Amino acid sequence: MLDVGRHPNIKLMAYSEVEEVNGEVGNFRVKIKRKARYVNEDKCTGCGACSEKCPTVVPDAFNEGLSTRKAIYTWFAQGIPSTHTIDTEHCRQFQGKKCGICQKVCQADAVEYDQKDKFVELSVGAIVVATGYEVFNPNRIPEYGYKEIDNVVTAIEFERLLSASGPTGGHLYRPSDLKVKEEVPALEKSLKKLSKALERFEKKYGQKSEEFYKALGKEEQGNDPDKAKWAEAYEQKEEVSKRLSEYKAILEKMDVAKKLAFIQCVGSRDIRFYPFCSGYCCMHSIKEAIIANEHEPETNSVIFGMDIRAVGKGFEEYKIRGADHSSITYVRGRVAEIIQLPDKTPVVVYEDTMERVVREEPFDLVILATACVPNKGTKELAGILGIELDRFGFFRTTQANPVDTTRPGIFVCGCADSPMDIPESVAQASAAAARAAQVIVETEMKKAS
Amino acid sequence: MAGKKKKEFEELRIGVFICDCGSNIAGHLDCKAVTEYAATLPGVVFAKENLYTCSEAGILEIQEAIKKHKLNRVVVASCSPRTHQPLFQNSCKSAGLNPYLFEMVNIRDQCSWVHMQDRENATRKAMDLVRMAVARAAFLEPQQDIESPLTPRVGVIGGGSAGLSAAEGLSRMGLEVVLVEKNKELGGLLRNLHKVAPEGVDASERLEGLIQDVSSRPNVKIFTGAELKSLDGYVGNYVMNIRDGEGQTVKESVGCLVIAIGAIPLVQKGLFGHDGKRVITQMELEPILKKGKFDAKRVVMIQCAGARGDERSYCSRICCMIAVKNAMFIKKLSPDTEIRILYRDMQMYGTEKEKMLWEARGEGIRFEVYDPAHPPEVGDKAVRLRQPLLGREIEFAYDLVVLSTPLVAREDASELSQLLRVPMDQNGFFLEAHAKLRPLDFAADGIFLAGSCRYPATYDEARSQGLGAAARVGTILFKDKLVTSAIVAEINPETCVGCMGCLQMCPYGAISYDQERKICQVNEILCKGCGCCAATCPSESASLRGFKPQQLMSQIRAVMEG
Repeated sequence: MLDVGRHPNIKLMAYSEVEEVNGEVGNFRVKIKRKARYVNEDKCTGCGACSEKCPTVVPDAFNEGLSTRKAIYTWFAQGIPSTHTIDTEHCRQFQGKKCGICQKVCQADAVEYDQKDKFVELSVGAIVVATGYEVFNPNRIPEYGYKEIDNVVTAIEFERLLSASGPTGGHLYRPSDLKVKEEVPALEKSLKKLSKALERFEKKYGQKSEEFYKALGKEEQGNDPDKAKWAEAYEQKEEVSKRLSEYKAILEKMDVAKKLAFIQCVGSRDIRFYPFCSGYCCMHSIKEAIIANEHEPETNSVIFGMDIRAVGKGFEEYKIRGADHSSITYVRGRVAEIIQLPDKTPVVVYEDTMERVVREEPFDLVILATACVPNKGTKELAGILGIELDRFGFFRTTQANPVDTTRPGIFVCGCADSPMDIPESVAQASAAAARAAQVIVETEMKKAS
Repeated sequence: MAGKKKKEFEELRIGVFICDCGSNIAGHLDCKAVTEYAATLPGVVFAKENLYTCSEAGILEIQEAIKKHKLNRVVVASCSPRTHQPLFQNSCKSAGLNPYLFEMVNIRDQCSWVHMQDRENATRKAMDLVRMAVARAAFLEPQQDIESPLTPRVGVIGGGSAGLSAAEGLSRMGLEVVLVEKNKELGGLLRNLHKVAPEGVDASERLEGLIQDVSSRPNVKIFTGAELKSLDGYVGNYVMNIRDGEGQTVKESVGCLVIAIGAIPLVQKGLFGHDGKRVITQMELEPILKKGKFDAKRVVMIQCAGARGDERSYCSRICCMIAVKNAMFIKKLSPDTEIRILYRDMQMYGTEKEKMLWEARGEGIRFEVYDPAHPPEVGDKAVRLRQPLLGREIEFAYDLVVLSTPLVAREDASELSQLLRVPMDQNGFFLEAHAKLRPLDFAADGIFLAGSCRYPATYDEARSQGLGAAARVGTILFKDKLVTSAIVAEINPETCVGCMGCLQMCPYGAISYDQERKICQVNEILCKGCGCCAATCPSESASLRGFKPQQLMSQIRAVMEG
């Protein structure tokens, strides 16, 4: 990323979109919308003073909503270019409220609320499309209970939980426990408020709240509005303190997840959704299970899959190492359903086809290996670029020319072409660079002759 | 020499710039105090605190100070050299100061970030680090980047689909290509295939087009029946010694090389009763299918024959696809032939291959899973299998058993690996520089790899990798000359006793022994500046520019002074 950011031959236009492509191979004219960041990229030094002082807190999309960021933010810490962007949907200034704090604290004078989208036109000989993919939304499979069951997460959410720079500092706490932990401060605050209110009543009437409530007949309650309020406050306080002690009991027992289930082919190899194989997910599940075991050696993982497709260089060996040294068990079978016990423990219902038995097994955490699917914008981009999609919704290529799209001079690489792993994407990216270079060289030669 | 003499008497004029990074550094340590402290250090004639040293204003301040205060050393205390050193070095250069007279201290990561809660100690540590940098800067020497010429020609070893794709790519990028193929004909493994999955195109059709294209290019020189015998030189300036088809030795100068020698399908007599007649391999099946006549009525294919076991632990990636492709073609030739594929995991990764698997099922091809603990047994008439899904043994009578054997490394790969001084993995495939991020590079500069000699690859993968390797070559040969960092090792010929300790330590093969003078010497282009030789040398003859004993010791002494 850094190399790209400072390479003298690379002009980086992040936070930008292609609007229009005209011309032909060797001579394209590309119109690009540079979306307003409301921060001057050239002036911003990325020091972060603005987001430190920004009063608006929003869920952090980079961390899959598992943590928060501010309304003026960087996508993630090491992002290139190292600059900030204002999220106008949440920013107080843009929502018509009084604020302007970021502009005041910015010592580089980089915050510009009046910035507008800019349009630039580029002349290029060739175009490489590397728009990647998105992951399948497992909400579409109701039997897996994603978002209904707290402790069912997607692989990408799991990656954030496992990351040392992620929302939990790499400690694998269950989301249900994290939710409880998050609610405690609010409960404590309301308990304090209610206790103060009760104190006032106690002073006023010279009676302990508990005694007052015990002695209170139901009919009397309606007669004196002040006393009714007292009773209400008392009831609320009792409820809040009960919930708080329950939560504290949970937190006392709170431990990292040690028994993990990985479910393969969520949305892929499934004719209801995407018939193809996403290629890399068997490997990321194995990797995640190995890392979890490195963090906490007591971790046991079960990977449920139809086939375990460890097909790359060193992958089969890695898979075996996972079983031998990282307590991974591979179960051949497709998971039918995930249910939840009252204590938020998820239970996986599956058939072990090699043993020919149906089992129900509880886990601390269930991780869904979601399919690699075409980006939402793929269709629109195909229209703008004038290139075709294949039957799966990825950009169409042929075997003879695996990085050529259907329009001469436009090339594609990585998961925008079809699902693939990192080394394959990198190799394809180089191939696309070669094809683009050929176009430039051949165009120059034509001009010269 | 006059210049050198002058430098010896040159007065030290060090400028120190302390960056606040807004509040990122200044918020957690006292930058003003650090700046005032820096001004008191020996040799420092100018010290300045900047709001942002990397901003336009900050850079301008450095450049003006170099001129106004005649600075001959610059020290910046700010963030990470990984992100900002090139910027500061270039700024020094454009102000007329040799960029190797620049020194950088990371007081953001190492002081303000890690000691965020301890302002006093963070400040003290920043002072220590600045004192060390100033001490080292005093002993820095101006250096010149090393430049060497480039030969804009490329050697491609191997004329299969990967090698041909690399040659085509390079040629169209305007580079001359020398293609060396061991066999009499170009084409590699693809020449033996019948159809190419998943599109089902004739292999010969795919191949002929590519061969014709490459052969007809005026800037491609092809040697068939030829072999690379040895390689001299280094990146940008290699000389290949080729034994051509007539047995003559030919010298060809090239700047880079692409290795694409492929792999061979395993044929092992006796493996599952392999006899080449009733029990054959997929590769032996291909010519039968090519003839277009198929008699066997009952076919059993066995996957992972000779792979994913004790002898060979790896998965050969492409054999499942080959089995399904051939099974589907048998069905086309002879629709009532019964085909069973005995497998462990069907490795039909990606979009089109998985689609093939669905279609094959639709055509009535049966897939039977087996447990590697109970592999299929091939008898005279039938294959016996313990089918775990049924929980019992079943038998399939057969006319033909086809073994899906893995691609294995060529025997001559190890010879080539020694000749090129590039590593192999435990399976005999070539080992790339980085499994994920540099799949087509060797660690050695200027040598690249593609196709099944790296790891079994499908046709499209081999083609992408061949084209990709061409682009990687372009990153070196599309320049006028090779420029490398001056931070390399040097060996003092007057004190070197030729013990060759350094030669054995050097991981890059950059040190050679001069027979005549009986001393070791460094090839500056090959040297990566790791410093192993300097650490090894018993007479301190080997040293690393920019990290000489005096430069390092001054820094270490400075930390003790605090």
